[in-house]
Amino acid sequence: MSAPLTEQPAAPLPEELAGPERSGRRGGALVQRLVVVRELGILAALVLLVVATVIANPRFLSGQNVRDLLLSAAILTVLAAGQTMVIITRNVDLSVGSVLGLSAYASGTLMVVAPGTPVVVVVLAGMAVGAVCGLLNGAIVAVAGVPSLVVTLGTLYAFRGLDSLWASSSDRLQINAADLPSGFKSLGGARLLGVPVLFLVAVVVVVLVGYYLRTFRSGRELYGIGSAPEAARLSGIPVGKRVLTAFVVNGALAGLAGVLYAARFQTLDTTAGTGQELFVVAAAVVGGVAIFGGSGSVYGAALGALLLTTIGTALPQLGLDPFWRDAAVGALILAAIALDRALQLRLAARLRGRSARR
Amino acid sequence: MDHAPVPSAPPAAGSGDGTVVLALEDVGKSFGAVAALRGAQLELRAGEAHALVGENGAGKSTLVKVLAGVHGPDTGRVLLDGQPVTLADPAAARAAGIAVIYQEPTLFPDLSVAENIFMGRQPLLSGRRIDRRGLAERCRALFERLGVALDPDRPARGLSIADQQMVEIAKALSFDARVLVMDEPTAALSGVEVERLFAVARSLRASGAAVLFISHRFDEVFDLCDRITVMRDGQWVSTDLARDLTVDQVVRRMVGREVSSLFPKTEVEPGEVVLEVRGLTRRGVFSDVSFDVRAGEIVALAGLVGAGRSEIVRAVFGIDPYDAGSVRVSGKALKKGDPAAAMAAGIALVPEDRRQQGLVMELSVERNATLTRRWELAKGGLLSSRTERAEAAEWSKRLQVKAGKLSDPVSTLSGGNQQKVVLAKWLSTEPTVLIVDEPTRGIDVGTKSEVHRLLSQLAAEGLAVVMVSSELPEVLGMADRVLVVSEGRLVDDIPRARADEDSVMLAATGQGSSIAEVAR
Ligand SMILES: Nc1ncnc2c1ncn2[C@@H]1O[C@H](COP(=O)(O)OP(=O)(O)OP(=O)(O)O)[C@@H](O)[C@H]1O
Ligand SMILES: [Mg+2]
Repeated sequence: MSAPLTEQPAAPLPEELAGPERSGRRGGALVQRLVVVRELGILAALVLLVVATVIANPRFLSGQNVRDLLLSAAILTVLAAGQTMVIITRNVDLSVGSVLGLSAYASGTLMVVAPGTPVVVVVLAGMAVGAVCGLLNGAIVAVAGVPSLVVTLGTLYAFRGLDSLWASSSDRLQINAADLPSGFKSLGGARLLGVPVLFLVAVVVVVLVGYYLRTFRSGRELYGIGSAPEAARLSGIPVGKRVLTAFVVNGALAGLAGVLYAARFQTLDTTAGTGQELFVVAAAVVGGVAIFGGSGSVYGAALGALLLTTIGTALPQLGLDPFWRDAAVGALILAAIALDRALQLRLAARLRGRSARR
Repeated sequence: MDHAPVPSAPPAAGSGDGTVVLALEDVGKSFGAVAALRGAQLELRAGEAHALVGENGAGKSTLVKVLAGVHGPDTGRVLLDGQPVTLADPAAARAAGIAVIYQEPTLFPDLSVAENIFMGRQPLLSGRRIDRRGLAERCRALFERLGVALDPDRPARGLSIADQQMVEIAKALSFDARVLVMDEPTAALSGVEVERLFAVARSLRASGAAVLFISHRFDEVFDLCDRITVMRDGQWVSTDLARDLTVDQVVRRMVGREVSSLFPKTEVEPGEVVLEVRGLTRRGVFSDVSFDVRAGEIVALAGLVGAGRSEIVRAVFGIDPYDAGSVRVSGKALKKGDPAAAMAAGIALVPEDRRQQGLVMELSVERNATLTRRWELAKGGLLSSRTERAEAAEWSKRLQVKAGKLSDPVSTLSGGNQQKVVLAKWLSTEPTVLIVDEPTRGIDVGTKSEVHRLLSQLAAEGLAVVMVSSELPEVLGMADRVLVVSEGRLVDDIPRARADEDSVMLAATGQGSSIAEVAR
């Protein structure tokens, strides 16, 4: 295709988006609004799904059901928050499922071997395991310059292999609830003001990461790196260091997710977290994080995680085969990508006019 | 061009003490087999504006990148305040007080304009948090100083090339640098913006900064600069005080032979109307634009940056939408918003932003040059690299593209040579209406007159040409008619005989002689 054709002609914006154009021509306001529209869209889909499910099965919104939902969402949300940081830099980490598994097994082992270990130490140990995995990923990507897709595809298998090797050589193929200290087990069901503690942990993580990305220079630099890597280099951003940091933080969060997994399921074997990586990337994409980096927010990704989890629990309640869950997730990803592309094209057309005639 | 009164002591022309701040000694830099710099030298003095001129591919941008810490020199030394330094990366150059405007804008499309300018240097609140309000305020103050009317919060995506250039300028000025390096910052700007930039550059110079300015526009070079260094084929040729030189001398040193700097268009009897634009309106951008272009005619759209010239031609070609009006080519109505239909009807558009719209940077020169014609050149669905190469070679020769090999990626060419490839790509489609947006942006004198000669020749063969250009001499030299655009409206239609600097600038600014005077 010849170059000028790549930008498709844009139809006029819907009225609510065309508004600020006439009043004041503020491009910044237009973009702000678009982000809000994008995130409200996910929220609307979520509400729609919940309402439909409640109509089919009024017990869907019962306290226990909602708590279960939030518990499942918590783990995916923590993973999505970390993944967002990596994707924003135009990278991806496919090893998070295996890191989760490794960290869950490691923290379980720690509690079996040293039952008296305080929960805080267990959490920190899990995060440390994850951070080391992230460091390895990040170092290969940032220093050797190998594409992250390839590197983390490799470590996806390597970390899982390590997990299995460890489990089989230590003769502890499975860690059961009976092996875990009761203090840790109570964490899985613990609530604060009726809300599961694990979910609150996820909320705190999302708020912290969101605050960091928005408020600190190094956070903004992550967006810069993903938006235009060459420009980032020319403007003196320490690209390698920042990318490495993103991978380490993501690893640590995957480690945290591993501990949350252990607390929630309390039965640990070497398959924990298998296949989660694509689900996490899906959550981020559905949440509006651009897969080529540079844009998207961790809040969107968290909403995406919540939506995907809700689909997983709601569809059986609607009497649909679990197979439909995958189909629904797939459709959602395609819809999200189409929506983002359409919004982006329209925004680009609007902004282009805006730089003329001031 | 009124030169500032020059003090009599030769070295210092500004108010600085004339000490050498930054120097390059015998610098060499090669990319594979291409020697971009061979024994280049340069001395930048405090309080002085220094021009660097040379043909496309002479090595100017490579030299800039050595100063900016992007490329380490293979041989030679960089001296800062007389001490040898190693500028290991751009951050090191920044720390040394060197601010650089690169030839190609390097913005973050997803981030706001304000963040682009202050990336890594955002004003902070307590706890190292970014002060968002302060950020927007500082950006606004900077824009005010430069006369830029952009919303600091809008993303950089979608900025016109001139606005991108202004953002880059604002970025460099926000550094309070000791050395300001500007690689063709004015290539897409018109007189008024250039004058604003120069006002700021002069005040920087007066406060003791060293300024390095690169341009292919000699009036600007002589207007701003105290000293001129000429480069040819990666080598230093000469450094002299500007007041001891003439444009002809500079050109001769650059090219090594005589060149007529402007090629006047040959008179052609205009034929049928081939492009008919009626009442074209895009809300908030341009309105009620009507004009005709006849075969054999060159019509220029002149005006200030942001007047809406590029937007009009983009709408005509169908890349941008419009709300009302019609476009006819050879009497047939053109479907709106459909560039493929426009191409089929015989329109070609050479866009202003070569990196984003004109070229596929990773593909080879020959692939890019023949991209628009790959169906036509293909035999039985296969495109042989031999046909491609032969085609590309012919056009490269006509436009004097300087490239290592035609199979090299376009991204390794110098800026001006990339522009030539874009031109080749569209000229080879043999259109009936050719729309060119800043056709000679970044092209050197020799080739510029070659491009002008080519356009003139094509017009003589019956091509209708619509040319958007910010360079007034080009407009006056080439156009049969000058359509002046101001604030999205066609305000004047000046025939060649009446077109001069005053009449065009007056119409473009729409507010009398004060600005027309500034623009000169
Ligand atoms: N990254 C690179 N790889 C290979 N060759 C390069 C690279 N960068 C520059 N060159 C070559 O070095 C030479 C000098 O290029 P440079 O960009 O410095 O020219 P310039 O003087 O800035 O020209 P212009 O006026 O067109 O901007 C050219 O022949 C160019 O093809
Ligand atoms: Mg250059």
